Amino acid sequence: MSAPRQTIKLHAIAHGRSGDKGNRLNVSVIAYEPRDWPVLLAEVTAARVAALFAHRGVTEVRRYELPLLHALNFVIEDALEGGVNSSLAVDAHGKCLSYLVLGMDIGVPVAAGGGAVSAPIVPARSAGTP
Amino acid sequence: MYRIGCGAGFSGDRIDAPQAVVAAIAAAGQGGAIIFEGLGERTLALRQMARHDNPSKGYEPLLEDLLEPILGPCLTAGIVIVGNFGAANPVGAAIVIQRLAQRLGLAAPRVAVVEGDDLLGKVALEDTERWDGDSRLPELVGEVIAINAYLGAGAIADAIRAGAEIVVTGRVADPALALGPLVAHFGWEWTDLDRIAAGTLVGHLLECGAQVTGGYFADPGVKDVPGMADLGFPIAEVEADGSFVITKSAGSGGRVDRLTVTEQLLYEIHDPAAYLTPDVTLDLTSVTLEPAGPDRVRVSGARGHAAPKTLKATVNVHGDWLGEAEISYAGTNALARARLAIETVAERLVRRDIAVRHRAEVIGTVSAFDADAGTLLAAHAAPADGDFRVRFAFGGTEAREVQRAVDEVNALYCCGPAGGGGVRTSVRPRVRTLSHLVSREAVVPSFHFVGTAA
Repeated sequence: MSAPRQTIKLHAIAHGRSGDKGNRLNVSVIAYEPRDWPVLLAEVTAARVAALFAHRGVTEVRRYELPLLHALNFVIEDALEGGVNSSLAVDAHGKCLSYLVLGMDIGVPVAAGGGAVSAPIVPARSAGTP
Repeated sequence: MYRIGCGAGFSGDRIDAPQAVVAAIAAAGQGGAIIFEGLGERTLALRQMARHDNPSKGYEPLLEDLLEPILGPCLTAGIVIVGNFGAANPVGAAIVIQRLAQRLGLAAPRVAVVEGDDLLGKVALEDTERWDGDSRLPELVGEVIAINAYLGAGAIADAIRAGAEIVVTGRVADPALALGPLVAHFGWEWTDLDRIAAGTLVGHLLECGAQVTGGYFADPGVKDVPGMADLGFPIAEVEADGSFVITKSAGSGGRVDRLTVTEQLLYEIHDPAAYLTPDVTLDLTSVTLEPAGPDRVRVSGARGHAAPKTLKATVNVHGDWLGEAEISYAGTNALARARLAIETVAERLVRRDIAVRHRAEVIGTVSAFDADAGTLLAAHAAPADGDFRVRFAFGGTEAREVQRAVDEVNALYCCGPAGGGGVRTSVRPRVRTLSHLVSREAVVPSFHFVGTAA
């Protein structure tokens, strides 16, 4: 009954950006194509984002939905190990961290048929790209 | 319609970017404004330290370089310059601008200084509340260097209405740099919350410079940006109803489209229904973006709610030191040698009883995503051969302890794993910051003019 599914990187259907204020990080996740918006809603949950940041000691993740923009905004508490003025991290702002989220594996229906999710808009990279 | 551009999105931004923005606004022949944002949470702390060392300093160090090419053209074209380049010393910055105008042979401009953000000695921290995003961080210990509140746009607008051609501020809410000129131009009432929200949104989209026009965006093969070495900084064309178009100067690099604007719309946003500023609570949930031609996006639908009852203030404290040290390992079995270097330094810190916060990572594996504990690196499976740089970072309140830790990395030259090279080290003071919420009664914004005689 369930349609066949495949696993892709979130990066294939969405873009985003991270920003910091104090010890609080936010990461936006924006669908390139409106038809992929339901996939973001279903797959990119606060719990899954929290799991990506568990090693950072994150205390809470809140997800905000912006349907007019086909975008999610994640507010990730205590992800920055003290924030830009006290962190020891190489990227104390957390500017790289949007790509931790965009590297998430997500399940999508195998393309074809009504309501199917778009194929990744990026051609698959050659071997060697992690 | 009113044009307002951005000339810098942070202290250290491209110094030659403002010229094309000014030229484009001037060519339209209707005047306008250009804003400069250069005060990150950390930057004001650095300026406070500079002023601490030399009372005539403490403003944006590149102020003259930024303004020299555009001061004359702005004054001629009726383009108001608004910048937080006053940092810890707005009056000092205004004096520099007057001297620059003299040197360039320009008539003395009307330079206004906005003050009131500096709360040092005016509020007791115990009467304030910790901002909730920082609420789980440890208490600050050490000398409080500065407390600066984020001011709203009121004094900026008043200064422009009073004839200011240049407005120099210290800490203000970043979007206020744009909202001030818009309120002065359109005469929006402060109670007209949807208009105040729209002007705040203009400022939010402009205040990081090229981040809305293709900067902090390019991802080759996925979202490409033309002309990265010549990004056009943004210009907003704002209508009296608060709707506006984001664009950039013709012929410049970069791109403005739904993707770039959406990314910046949500940049540093928490609850999108409640972006708190001193002037309004901005609700982004009804905002829509429509294409309006090449490199043009129409933005509408900002909603405003009452401004918060408190103002955010950044508290800066002296006393923390950051030590950094790096060493490279390359070629066969390099990752194992890099890991051994990390283990060796960790053991040395214990043996010598060096009390510092400590982090070590291997750049080229998982460093940017990892935690101080090295959780990801421990689990990381990578080819043993490669070209790796080990980075150590140490934090502590005693410079001597941090230096001793850094010295242990330097000692890896003779006592570390094989083939370690290229050690670079630094130890520097840091200013720690925390955000607190202060009552509005404690903050009294004002402006005054600074003339050539100052």
